Amino acid sequence: MTVTDLVSYEDVLASYDPVMGLEVHVELGTNTKMFCGCSTTLGADANTQTCPTCLGLPGSLPVVNATGVESAIRIGLALNCEIAQWCRFARKNYFYPDMPKNFQTSQYDEPIAFNGFLDVQLEDGEVFRVEIERAHMEEDTGKSTHIGGATGRIHGASHSLLDYNRAGIPLIEIVTRPIVGAGARAPEVAKAYVAELRELIKALGVSEARMEMGQMRCDVNLSLRPIGREKFGTRSETKNVNSLRSVERATRFEMQRHAGVLNAGGTILQETRHFHEEDGSTTSGRIKEEAEDYRYFPEPDLVPVAPSREWVEELRGTLPELPRLRRNRLREEWGISEHEMQSVLNAGALDPILATIDAGAPADQSRKWWMGELARRANEDGVDLGSLPITPEQVARLCELVAEGSLNDKLARQTIEGVLAGEGTPDEVVDKRGLKVVSDEGALGKAVDEAIEGNAAIADKIRGGKVAAAGALVGAVMKATRGQADAARVRELILEKLGVEG
Amino acid sequence: MPGITREEVAHLARLARLELKDEELDHFAGQLDDIIGAVAAVSEVADEDVPPTSHPLPLTNVMRPDEVRPSLTADQALSGAPAQEQQRFKVPQILGEE
Repeated sequence: MTVTDLVSYEDVLASYDPVMGLEVHVELGTNTKMFCGCSTTLGADANTQTCPTCLGLPGSLPVVNATGVESAIRIGLALNCEIAQWCRFARKNYFYPDMPKNFQTSQYDEPIAFNGFLDVQLEDGEVFRVEIERAHMEEDTGKSTHIGGATGRIHGASHSLLDYNRAGIPLIEIVTRPIVGAGARAPEVAKAYVAELRELIKALGVSEARMEMGQMRCDVNLSLRPIGREKFGTRSETKNVNSLRSVERATRFEMQRHAGVLNAGGTILQETRHFHEEDGSTTSGRIKEEAEDYRYFPEPDLVPVAPSREWVEELRGTLPELPRLRRNRLREEWGISEHEMQSVLNAGALDPILATIDAGAPADQSRKWWMGELARRANEDGVDLGSLPITPEQVARLCELVAEGSLNDKLARQTIEGVLAGEGTPDEVVDKRGLKVVSDEGALGKAVDEAIEGNAAIADKIRGGKVAAAGALVGAVMKATRGQADAARVRELILEKLGVEG
Repeated sequence: MPGITREEVAHLARLARLELKDEELDHFAGQLDDIIGAVAAVSEVADEDVPPTSHPLPLTNVMRPDEVRPSLTADQALSGAPAQEQQRFKVPQILGEE
């Protein structure tokens, strides 16, 4: 294998224009498989979710899952596609043991949805339109385990073991038209597209679209053409790029690799490539010199799908607000910048923040806790914000306790700590740990007097007009009350006692 | 000209893992040849103006509700497998040595 020198990203762009095509597979969250009633629950014992139909046994007949079709139409509509008046399934024949039928039931030249687009927003707010060629229905394959080779790879394996629980789970494949004009931003556009698509799928409620679980998988097609040339170059297809960051890295790597090959006078092989998470590189897989002959033909065992226009319009009525528009609306409502909104999204805090607002908290307080203390803790523990053991209702209650003056920020943080440690609800933690703000004016007044007495020099400065020095006395009082005083009230008391105007 | 030879039927039977006796091969080879001949006759009649038929019945939208039905047990599923290991179908080496 020859190793190609990578060209610096700037040099790639000086000579070439990238063209991308993205194919995304989404596993639908239906209860049953696409063509039979087997359960789709994850984690079941091997081969306990199969039946004669998904095992391809003689005499079995498939029947389409109505929810699968409905989900496909809703995805198509959300992607601004036309929905076919009439379309068929097709058999995609191939010889590989991951499908016991020896073919995958898919759609060929009659996809259920076609001619759409998805507008994606880049980090600086620029909107880029990605055109959708088609979205079609098909089924997932079984899971292979390769035995006898190094680290479970198919190369060098002596035999393979097949679990067909996944074979037949509904998939929607979404294919873009060639994405041109992204230039330097191609990797960013690729990532933003997949991210937006994932948000859209989640908002539609048709799949959890968790890339780390393989519920959403992306293939990145990339080619370069010399700047000014109309004709596309030869493309490579990097398979199974399964995180947003990887989509960006794979695109960038392939741009740099292609330029290296082309600059050296070489030609790009039309091939599939494997992406390596560890170093962001790709290596050669299967060479595809010509289109594979899958001998597609219409599936005789499934009758055509002809969604009535009434049904399509009814489904259009169920579409949620598009994630991009929803984000922009919330950003405006909250009065925060693009950058701040991006941080919220990156932290996965949008849903918890909204749930906390729904539970009665003001938007700014909800954002403050989720993006502050809770984000910090999630980061420390290496978990998603959503999986912290605290509910939006509890965070809302915390906001309430702060608003009514029962807790200050420091005590609120201790309360969060207690809730996360499993000590109970915020109210229980406050009780057990004795975290209430000292609001007894007598006790507070005494603590203030002591602080003034113990810090005479500072007190004099304040009397002399250096109001800023009051901070030191506030600190002393907070220390004496173990943080359980309302700092603003302490400051008021200090200034009052020293006869100074705040 | 026969549509299919006895040797081809024997080959197909092996691919389909069907064990056929000699007299069965003779019998099926003749039957299959008749069927292929009949299909060939239809192909001759079908002209440009006849669209290919994928489904003989004018049915559309046959769907089932998304409700779980009982699956086979793993033992049942694997009962027809020539080889198994770890409750999985065992298949020969996929990629040959290169």
